[in-house]
Amino acid sequence: MTGTVAMRLSAQPFFAVLTDSQRGALAEDGTEVTFAAGERLFDEGGVADMFWLIEQGGIALDMRVPGRGDQIVETLGPGTVLGWSWLHPPYRWHFGAVARLATTAIAFDAASVRRRCDADPAFGYAMLSAFTPVITERLQTTRIRLLDLYATPSQVRHAIGPVNA
Amino acid sequence: MTGRRTASPALTEPAAGTAAVPRFYRVASRREDTADTVTLELTEPAQPVPAFAPGQFAMLTAFGIGEVPISVSGLGDNGGGRARRLEHTLRAVGAVTRALHAAPPGSLIGVRGPFGTSWDVASAAGRDIVIVAGGIGLAPLRPVMLTALADRSRYGRIVLLVGARTPGDLLYADELERWGCDGVEVAVIVDRADSGWNGEVGVVTTLIEPAGFAPDNSVAFVCGPDVMMRFTADALAARGIPVSRIRVSLERNMRCGVGWCGHCQFGPLLVCRDGPVVSYDRVAALMRVREL
Repeated sequence: MTGTVAMRLSAQPFFAVLTDSQRGALAEDGTEVTFAAGERLFDEGGVADMFWLIEQGGIALDMRVPGRGDQIVETLGPGTVLGWSWLHPPYRWHFGAVARLATTAIAFDAASVRRRCDADPAFGYAMLSAFTPVITERLQTTRIRLLDLYATPSQVRHAIGPVNA
Repeated sequence: MTGRRTASPALTEPAAGTAAVPRFYRVASRREDTADTVTLELTEPAQPVPAFAPGQFAMLTAFGIGEVPISVSGLGDNGGGRARRLEHTLRAVGAVTRALHAAPPGSLIGVRGPFGTSWDVASAAGRDIVIVAGGIGLAPLRPVMLTALADRSRYGRIVLLVGARTPGDLLYADELERWGCDGVEVAVIVDRADSGWNGEVGVVTTLIEPAGFAPDNSVAFVCGPDVMMRFTADALAARGIPVSRIRVSLERNMRCGVGWCGHCQFGPLLVCRDGPVVSYDRVAALMRVREL
């Protein structure tokens, strides 16, 4: 399985910054998993002990809002990584995640990957180099959505309130 | 030395009678696309204006209220080189567009035009077509899709990526489904989902990376809010589409439509005359200038 996972990782641009040996080490902590459409991966507040590289399908990040149910805040597709709350304490999920389609992914044991990062700073730096652009990109897209670009002027005024009140 | 500025572009002479005076068109049908957006079919002109090309716009008059620039959203009927039927999709955001939005079938609307540059869809022959729309920006791009589908064998793959505020704000939902069945790769994403939405949530740029087109042999057509177009064009360029083959449609305060009044000046461009459709390499730097 590890050899298969290593080959699959090498096909994913997300881990292109890792060397072959670093991908091989990471593959030792990876396992193929599948999720049925509608299957929940984790809940907000749960222990962040895994992360996933999505190969096929799609995942929705959500948050339970009182009176409004589970609100989807973002969807993730093939080639993207799910989960970075495992990187830093308190290792708790900030959102929930549910498969919106039948999904195949590689799941990684986060605690084991953290131990590798601690033991091998070069490996840890490579992992952060892989994750940081994704975190940055998602922060930027979130900022763009905050602009509410498709809103009419009246919708914007309604959202921010009277400017000179 | 006379001081004459020969470097300035010559002003465009309006086509006789069609640029300055509105022609009467009757609202033949009115389709409510979303809660604040309608598509008006205009027909029965006594003196039709010249035919429109995809991407061009008309100045539409709500008599007694005012005039606004609105791009064509359909191919219309261009018999004899004249616009005998026009389609315009518009959103009620101000006094004029609210009046046009409310115009019932049978009422009269003024039309001046056609104005501006076109998408020049034919120049994409032999290449993949990538259409990226944000919000109401899908309306000016609809004729691109219709033109390409009407002559399907001339083009490679056709990809349509659509971003909307909410699922309820999606334009032409029936057509999106039909185009998907016709072999167009259609992907839709919304900023905010409701409980009935099972599609993608996020920004439209995230649809670019997984989309199936050959970047080195594609032409991109982009329309939406300025910021959306900027990020989209940058993402398309990062994917490998040459910037000169990325076209955007600018929206500014067009008034006269022929480059006389200067209301729509955008740096060295007069958008009503030099636009609204321009290649991104002409405006990429301008779109980052504050207060321009």
